[in-house]
Amino acid sequence: MALSISLTVNGKPVTATIEPHLLLVQFLRNQLRLTGTHIGCDTAQCGACTVHLDGRAIKSCNILAAQADGMEVTTIEGMVKDGQLHPMQAAFKECHGLQCGFCTPGMVMSASALAAQSPNLTEEEVREQLDGNLCHCSGYHNIMKAVLLGAQAMKAGA
Amino acid sequence: MIPRSFEYHAPASLPEALALLNRHGDTAKLLAGGHSLLPMMKLRFAVPDHLIDLRKLAELKGIREAGDEIRIGAMTTENELIWSTLLQEKCPLLVEGARLIFDPQVRYRGTIGDDISHADPGNDHPALMIALDALFVLAGAQGERVVPADGFFLGTYMTLMEPGEIMTEIRMPTPAPGTGYCYAKFKRKTGDFATAACAVTLTMRAGAVSDVRIVLTNVAQAALRASDAEAALRGAPLDERHVDEAARLAMGICEPVEDLRGDVEYKIAMVGNLCRCTGYQNIVKAVQYAARKLRGETVETSHPLLAEIAAH
Ligand SMILES: Cc1cc2nc3c(=O)[nH]c(=O)nc-3n(C[C@H](O)[C@H](O)[C@H](O)COP(=O)(O)OP(=O)(O)OC[C@H]3O[C@@H](n4cnc5c(N)ncnc54)[C@H](O)[C@@H]3O)c2cc1C
Ligand code: FES
Ligand code: FES
Repeated sequence: MALSISLTVNGKPVTATIEPHLLLVQFLRNQLRLTGTHIGCDTAQCGACTVHLDGRAIKSCNILAAQADGMEVTTIEGMVKDGQLHPMQAAFKECHGLQCGFCTPGMVMSASALAAQSPNLTEEEVREQLDGNLCHCSGYHNIMKAVLLGAQAMKAGA
Repeated sequence: MIPRSFEYHAPASLPEALALLNRHGDTAKLLAGGHSLLPMMKLRFAVPDHLIDLRKLAELKGIREAGDEIRIGAMTTENELIWSTLLQEKCPLLVEGARLIFDPQVRYRGTIGDDISHADPGNDHPALMIALDALFVLAGAQGERVVPADGFFLGTYMTLMEPGEIMTEIRMPTPAPGTGYCYAKFKRKTGDFATAACAVTLTMRAGAVSDVRIVLTNVAQAALRASDAEAALRGAPLDERHVDEAARLAMGICEPVEDLRGDVEYKIAMVGNLCRCTGYQNIVKAVQYAARKLRGETVETSHPLLAEIAAH
C-alpha cells in the first residue's frame, strides 16, 4: 500500500507518494533526480550514499524513505549556496581530495557534519570519524588534508 | 539491494505497537534503527509482510539515573550513548564499547535495544550487558517483565524474548566508584564485527580481586560468560600466573564458527590473547583506573606493569 510522506529536501518542502520498501537513496535519486548521492554497496559499508538527516550524517541506503517522514534531508546538491561552493567542497577541490568523484558527495556530507559538530578537528579524529566512508582512488591522504582545511574554513566563516 | 514490498506502520504509542505486533504475529517485524534488519531485507534474508517502526515512541528513548540504577531506553542510539555525560562519568565501559561499534553514520541510527534483541553473536552489546549485570524490560500484551542479561542470549539470533514482546528499557546497577572496566575488541578494520572480543568489569580490595565479570563476544553461538575464568581471579592477586590461568579457562569454553575472520583455532587463540590483552594492557588499564579512584589503598602485585601503576 502506497504511503504519503512530507519532508524537507535541500530547504524545500517535498510531498510524495511512495511504496514502503523504497529506500531513501532511491527516493532521492529516482524520484527527486538528485543523483549526486551514490550507491557503492548493498551492505551499508561504503558511505557513498551519505546525506544529512536533521543535520546528522547517515547512510541513505539503509533507511526507508518512510522513516524520513517529517524530517529534513540535505544532499550534496543542497550544499552550494548562492552559486558558492560550501567551504568543505572548496577544500576538496583545493587539496585534490577527489579523483573519480564517486565517493566525494558522501565524503563531503560526512566531513561537513563532522566539522560542524567538532570545529577543532585533529587528524586522528578525522581518520576515526570518517571510517564510514570508503574511497578507491585517493588513498585518503588528500581527503585528510581537505577535511582539515574545510573544517578551518567552516570555523572561520561561522 | 531491493527489499521485498511490505506494509509499513508507525504507531504513536507502545500499546498501539503491541496491538499491531499481536495482530500480525510472525509476519511482522519491529523496525528500530534498521541497521541490522534493512541489510537483511535488502539481501532478502528477511521478508516480513509488516514493518512496525518504533521511531515515534518517545518513551523508548533517553538515559537517566533512578536510585542506584542507570536506565536506558531501548531506542537510544549508539551516538547518544557515547555523548551521554552520565554514562561517561558513571558507566564508561558502555561508552568505550559503543565507540567500537561500526562507524559514525551507523551509530546515528543503530540502537542499543535492537543490538541486544537482534542477538547476533557478532553484536557487542550482549557481552557488555552481561558484564554490567544489566536487566532488560520486556513489554507484552500481558504487561511487563524484567529479565537478567545473563541467561538472556540463547543462541544465534535467539533470546528469551517471546513473540509479541517489545524491549522497552535496559536497567543496570550504577557501577561502584572505582570499578575497573575494559572492552578489548579484535577486528580486521574499523566497522567490522569482532573476530573475538572480551568485556571485563573488575573491583579490587587490598591488592586482591574482589569481584570480576568476564564476557566474550563472537566466539560462540551467543555472548559467553567465562565463569571459571572469573572464579580463578576472584580473591586472587592480579599477577601473571592468575591472569594466564583465567585466559586458559576462557579459551576452554569457546565454540567459534569458522568464517572469513578466521578458523576455529585462530579465534580461540585470539580470545586468549585478548584476555591476555586485558591482562597486560586492559586489566592494567582497568586497575589503573581502579587504583586512581581508590587512591590511598595499595595495589599489591608481582607484575611489573601493575607494580609501576600501584607505585603511583
Ligand atoms: C556494516 C555493519 C557493521 C556493523 N558492525 C557492528 C559491530 O561491530 N558491532 C555491533 O554490535 N553491531 C554492529 N552493527 C549492527 C548495528 O549496531 C545495528 O544497528 C544493531 O545491531 C541493530 O540495531 P538497529 O536499531 O539498527 O535494529 P533493527 O535493524 O531496526 O532491528 C534489529 C532486530 O531487532 C528487532 N527489534 C527492534 N527493536 C526491538 C525492540 N524494542 N524490542 C524487541 N525487538 C526489537 C527487530 O525486529 C529486528 O529483528 C553493524 C551494522 C552494519 C550495517
Ligand atoms: S551505498 Fe554503500 S553505504 Fe550506502
Ligand atoms: S575519488 Fe574515486 S572513490 Fe574516492
